[in-house]
Amino acid sequence: MEGLKLSEAELMIFIHPSQSRNVFQGICRELSSLLFQYNETFDGVLLAYDATVKSKQAKILTGLHPYFGVRVNTRLLLFDPKPKSFVEGKIAKISPESIHVIVLGFSAAVITDVDIREEFKYRVRDGEGSFVSRSHKRHALKLGTMLRLQVQSFDEEVMHIAGSLLPENTGCVKWLEKKSEEALPTDRDHKRRKLA
Amino acid sequence: MGAEEFPSVPFNSNAMDNAEYTDTDLVFAVRKALASVQNGDTDDYSQLKTVMCLTEDADFDAVAQLETVLKSLSVSVAWIDLVHHKDLLEAMSLWYHSHRPSVMDALVDLIISLAATSGKYLDPCLNMLVRNFSQPTFKHKVSQTQLVKKMQEVHPRVHAALHKISYLIPLAPWNLVSILAQNMRKIDKKDPSIVTYVDNLLRLENSSIGEVVGSVILMMVMERMLDLDLVSGCDDSNGGMFDMELEDAVESTMNEGDEFPVGALKQNTSGGNVVSELLDKLMVLFFHHLESCQNSDRLDEVFEILFKSFENYILNTYKTKFSQFLMFYACSLDPENCGVRFASKLLDIYLSSNTCRLTRMSAVAYLASYLSRGKFLPASFVASMLKRLVDECAEYCGTCNDDVKPEAHQVFYSGCQAILYVLCFRMRSIVEIPRFQSQFRSLESILSHKLNPLLVCLPSVVSEFLKQAKAGGLFIVSESFIFDDLHESELSRAFGGFERLDTFFPFDPCLLKMSSSYISPNFNFWSMVKTTYGEDGDEELCDEVIVNGDADSAEEPDDDVELDSEMNTMSTTPKHSFMRETERLLKMPSRIRPSTSPPESFLI
Repeated sequence: MEGLKLSEAELMIFIHPSQSRNVFQGICRELSSLLFQYNETFDGVLLAYDATVKSKQAKILTGLHPYFGVRVNTRLLLFDPKPKSFVEGKIAKISPESIHVIVLGFSAAVITDVDIREEFKYRVRDGEGSFVSRSHKRHALKLGTMLRLQVQSFDEEVMHIAGSLLPENTGCVKWLEKKSEEALPTDRDHKRRKLA
Repeated sequence: MGAEEFPSVPFNSNAMDNAEYTDTDLVFAVRKALASVQNGDTDDYSQLKTVMCLTEDADFDAVAQLETVLKSLSVSVAWIDLVHHKDLLEAMSLWYHSHRPSVMDALVDLIISLAATSGKYLDPCLNMLVRNFSQPTFKHKVSQTQLVKKMQEVHPRVHAALHKISYLIPLAPWNLVSILAQNMRKIDKKDPSIVTYVDNLLRLENSSIGEVVGSVILMMVMERMLDLDLVSGCDDSNGGMFDMELEDAVESTMNEGDEFPVGALKQNTSGGNVVSELLDKLMVLFFHHLESCQNSDRLDEVFEILFKSFENYILNTYKTKFSQFLMFYACSLDPENCGVRFASKLLDIYLSSNTCRLTRMSAVAYLASYLSRGKFLPASFVASMLKRLVDECAEYCGTCNDDVKPEAHQVFYSGCQAILYVLCFRMRSIVEIPRFQSQFRSLESILSHKLNPLLVCLPSVVSEFLKQAKAGGLFIVSESFIFDDLHESELSRAFGGFERLDTFFPFDPCLLKMSSSYISPNFNFWSMVKTTYGEDGDEELCDEVIVNGDADSAEEPDDDVELDSEMNTMSTTPKHSFMRETERLLKMPSRIRPSTSPPESFLI
């Protein structure tokens, strides 16, 4: 899955004097307030962090409230799906007009019917709707299926992904992986024939 | 396939004949109408809007058409634009409650689809739903039963919709909370629809959405209750009085467990009365919520949030009259866990030297009032809390070499007053606990220290304490304190400070009618307290024994006490436990009284 990256950053975190008794708690508090929000500096949505204090020396700011700045080394897990990248998520809702997917448990992705390739046809079976491939009957997109989709756009304010199933390598992850495994022996046969 | 190939579906109800057009036709027509706005062609769109803006008394056909149009819109959400179809979106939010359940369902589906389709619709859609949390208003008058029935139709649907949206958009609860706060601010303080709103908020807290944002919701509710508390009409001029006397006056007219009369409230402006009634209803709602949390084993985590709100909002606001009873009720539901934790946390605040002085004084006042009034707290626990207080005060005395200076030792005096106050309520039961006996010696050293807390603390508390201490045969302090039935003195005012923390007894009886019926079963009213001088006030039963008094005291007998000549020849070893034993025997019912010899024969 693309879009996830691990960054290392050296940060200066300003702590309010009331937290001077437990500075590490103050640092965690500051960093936690950034979680699940898009941050321009980090260029991504902060999902998780790991912080270590670099130096016990902290500079006190002059001003109304004497905040002090602590140098912290952090490792940050960031989510930044760029357009045309691929992400994976679980299907939460299927209707003829759209498929709703939840990516990484927090980001909502929507694929509207215009972005679903012609290969897939909406069918209702046993009261449940699904998209079944016309060419490969086993390839079905149902509730709970892990879906790989291409990112068209990412709304940073609400963590909303507009996705697309137009490219050939999108669809049910299990089926796609099985298909790529089956493709390998035929490659080998092809090479043997070539050599021969 | 162009839209022109389909017949243009007229949207006004008179001309439309449903049998002619299929659902697909309708869907395409709706999409065409929506798209045409961007080209400047608004005829179809205007017709669409007319269908949406139905009145309450529309006919069956019109309602059916509305339903189908809503369903078509649900599948065409990708065609809805925030800017061009603004009035359509506004129409969706205005009349939710005035329609039939099937229309409501169609509308809810539309809102869910719209919210899930794009991030920019999330807030408007949540707003559309949350607006229905208040009491609905109708164009014509409706009866109370109709109103209740309507709310029972609307609210579950709104909750279900919120849950579905949160499922499809996991971060939606955070947006929801800010919208809930916004809508709450719009409700006026005296508006009764706050009760319905809070009811829905508490239901949300109890649900899966509450797992994410429950703490924020509870804080919002407590903040509003605090606002109402501060505005409510209880006249605070009585607040300066030591409420023991107030209780006696009122409670002589009522039996134990009766509802407390709201006479004090009625004296004030009717505005204040309305607010008090609202607050009363909200408190009862909250009590029910706490009970349901207790039933689903969630009371622990809810208690943590409650205590945080208590610390942030209530502890330092000395004028709250009722909000603290939320904590009291939560503790009464689970005395061994929450009850103990509340007291321990308050004590920790008092004992922590890093906390601000006023907070410490307030915390110990809460602790004292709580330990005295909580009927569900066992005497052993109260004794252990008192022990820690006594130790702290004794330590302070040890390091301090000052004379009486109320302003300089406020924290110390508030601690002493707390001890005295709790003992006024609990002396009889605590004195029976053997391991607390030694504490009385420490207490005596505190009371006879140069700082002289008996002079500084609130006179009514001190006089009651001395009365009971004497009757219980504990100790006599050399100076006699003549207070002339004073409730407060200059010195107590000095230690209490501007906030008057000397007369601050936060768990004095709750004056709200409905809430007090929940609180009373677990509440120690003063009239119920068994004092050491007995219910009948017969002081002759306990002859005085000088236990730990100063050398002077033997030469200055108090006027009240009759010294039996036989007693004078007795040794001065502590016989108070023996005395109490005889007292008990003397009070036994005649059937099982061991002998008919006169009481004096029991004395050695």
